[in-house]
Amino acid sequence: MASSFTRMLSGRNTAVLMASLGAGAMATGYLLSDSEAVSAAERRKLYPPSSDFPDLRKHNNCMASALTPAIYARLRDKLTPNNWSLDQCIQTGVDNPGHPFIKTVGMVAGDEESYEVFADIFDPVIKDRHNGYDPKTMKHPTDLDASKITSGMFDERYVLSSRVRTGRSIRGLSLPPACSRAERREVERVAVQALSGLKGDLAGRYYSLSDMTEQEQQRLIDDHFLFDKPVSPLLTCAFMARDWPDARGIWHNNEKTFLIWVNEEDHTRVISMEKGGNMKRVFERFCRGLKQVEQLIQERGWEFMWNEHLGYILTCPSNLGTGLRAGVHVRLPKLSKDPRFGKILDNLRLQKRGTGGVDTAAVGDTFDISNNDRLGKSEVELVQLVIDGVNYLIECEKRLEKGQDIKIPAPIPQFKK
Amino acid sequence: MPFGNTHNLLKMNYSAEQEYPDLTKHNNHMAKVLTPEMYAALRDKQTPSGFTLDDVIQTGVDNPGHPFIMTVGCVAGDEETYDVFKDLLDPVIEDRHGGYKPTDKHKTDLNPENLQVYPHSTLKPTLFITGGDDLDPNYVLSSRVRTGRSIRGFCLPPHCSRGERRAIENLSIESLNVLDGEFKGKYYALKNMTEEEQQQLIDDHFLFDKPVSPLLLASGMARDWPDARGIWHNDDKTFLVWVNEEDHLRVISMQKGGNMREVFTRFCTGLTKIEALFKERGHEFMWNEHLGYVLTCPSNLGTGLRGGVHVKLPNVSKHEKFGEILKRLRLQKRGTGGVDTAAVGGVFDISNADRLGFSEVELVQMVVDGVKLLIEMEKRLEAGESIDDLMPDQK
Repeated sequence: MASSFTRMLSGRNTAVLMASLGAGAMATGYLLSDSEAVSAAERRKLYPPSSDFPDLRKHNNCMASALTPAIYARLRDKLTPNNWSLDQCIQTGVDNPGHPFIKTVGMVAGDEESYEVFADIFDPVIKDRHNGYDPKTMKHPTDLDASKITSGMFDERYVLSSRVRTGRSIRGLSLPPACSRAERREVERVAVQALSGLKGDLAGRYYSLSDMTEQEQQRLIDDHFLFDKPVSPLLTCAFMARDWPDARGIWHNNEKTFLIWVNEEDHTRVISMEKGGNMKRVFERFCRGLKQVEQLIQERGWEFMWNEHLGYILTCPSNLGTGLRAGVHVRLPKLSKDPRFGKILDNLRLQKRGTGGVDTAAVGDTFDISNNDRLGKSEVELVQLVIDGVNYLIECEKRLEKGQDIKIPAPIPQFKK
Repeated sequence: MPFGNTHNLLKMNYSAEQEYPDLTKHNNHMAKVLTPEMYAALRDKQTPSGFTLDDVIQTGVDNPGHPFIMTVGCVAGDEETYDVFKDLLDPVIEDRHGGYKPTDKHKTDLNPENLQVYPHSTLKPTLFITGGDDLDPNYVLSSRVRTGRSIRGFCLPPHCSRGERRAIENLSIESLNVLDGEFKGKYYALKNMTEEEQQQLIDDHFLFDKPVSPLLLASGMARDWPDARGIWHNDDKTFLVWVNEEDHLRVISMQKGGNMREVFTRFCTGLTKIEALFKERGHEFMWNEHLGYVLTCPSNLGTGLRGGVHVKLPNVSKHEKFGEILKRLRLQKRGTGGVDTAAVGGVFDISNADRLGFSEVELVQMVVDGVKLLIEMEKRLEAGESIDDLMPDQK
């Protein structure tokens, strides 16, 4: 087949565009190279952003709602200083069109700078997810003064356990979707070194996932502390499970009331919990522990990722601000069957989950009730909101027990004016 | 597109030791070969399209082992991967492909009978398939030959962008739609399929699903599913092409019964036609005389060919020497569900174990000869007779 066509194609000119030869080619240029490969830069030129724009027609997540071809075209070839790209941020949202229970966010950050470099897409996603919060103009309040909490002791005939969790990222190291193995190990080293400095009721021990003995593993499972390799495609498609279980682990204090997850979905997840209804004590320990850990890492020249618009920076935009989820396991047998239950929760700005966590349904009459919001209100405000809200739910339950009627409360305003 | 941040050269700020993966619990070809010294020497290299060592090995790091088979633990992101990372891939290839050396040359032979010769391939028309049209249909339920092909100039499934993947799909549809005669057929894009089309393809055992195997997921091949993926098959349902699954193209010829010669003839004819159609459009398949056809997984280099049958061997399969017989015949057994399954009801998928270092004709001949022998053994054992005199030599 030694036509002139073939001779032309077998030349060393690697920039032959099939479109110009009119050989029935598509709009994007094709490249024939018998001896020279296509570089990444040439590839970007050959494939304009329009050819790479994802097909989001069957998608229902915040990223898909916000990402236009114009935004994609502007951002596709940008990189953060750590070499992270837009396509990497949105891969999880492209691969996961929707979730049965919740509208997922559909994108993650690879580093602190992602939120800045890709602000054109992160800002609308943040607005969508956080009730209209505008990172460009609004400031997020941080307040970890637990002494401000009032009425923080629940009726233990209803509340079985209380818990507060958040996340913290170590500034200067890439986030779980993006980190290299060495960076992840560095996160582990920094966290574990700081935690070993905790004393008194916070003194504890680290259990690395790779080195755990069988007995340790079983005990951690029995305590409901152990986290597993993620199976949710929301997380695996965001590259967070790479190199599992390298540099992952669990730290907890001897009393089992203060727990840190290292290198799961965030650099660190910090959890304070106990059986019963003493939410004030849970939050007090939470704040004390967090402040001590922060001090310990600062002594070694590290700090947490934080800025005044987005608060604490975490992997998923849904956890920005406080990253805080304060909640209880509470029995509400009558109220949960009342048709007004959903509306009451909405107005109190609370959400219900099953006692297995975010992807589960409730079992029996016991619900996990926690705050909806993360960004735009401080930690103290959110915990107070949960305390007041759960107290209200318990009041409703008691009234229904006595055959009395209940009221839907007025909706709580979203941002302090 | 690189996934995770494996392409990020900023990790050169950390020492090789700090970055080296923990492979102490691993049992795959990559883990056996990748020493800390090798990692240090290769970790700052990348192919022209940006594929790095960490990209190559991620699936092997994330998947320490497999219950039934010794996995490869690395993938290629483009044709150049096999060159830039030859220090890792050559020993992996040698280990996986029975001692195939970096200096060896691979034979390509797609000429079962008097097929037209194409200028680029090294055809040796002296080798023919003998027999192969009469495998006993009382035992052989179906016959199948598959291979893969990659289109030169495009990144492979672990690394390609959406734009590239779509370009591959468009090119494939354009070419396949020209086929006529026994090859005339239709393309079904995964994302546009109707419910009826989907059910029909499932009933025909043609439909491929989004990969669930962590071996594939960890290499980045399932990104953007089902965008630009699809299935083409001829009207007779005997010739089938998968687009953008684990490779750019997987080409399959299959039919019920034991006429492997017919299956293989159709396979070769179809493949050569498809190759010609791609060339008309200015594209060749990735091929070189050392590695043969270049595919995503090093286990599929050379011919990429797996020729096999579903065959009833309830007695032979229970014989204590079954494994040894297969080994000597250079065959492997799988369940009828494919590579990750076990056999059901005495029916086995028996196919060639090799891919590289033998030509297509040689491999299919081995399957034909080997299956004939296994059926003979099965009949002997059914009659309560011994099979000791039938034991083959090591091929």
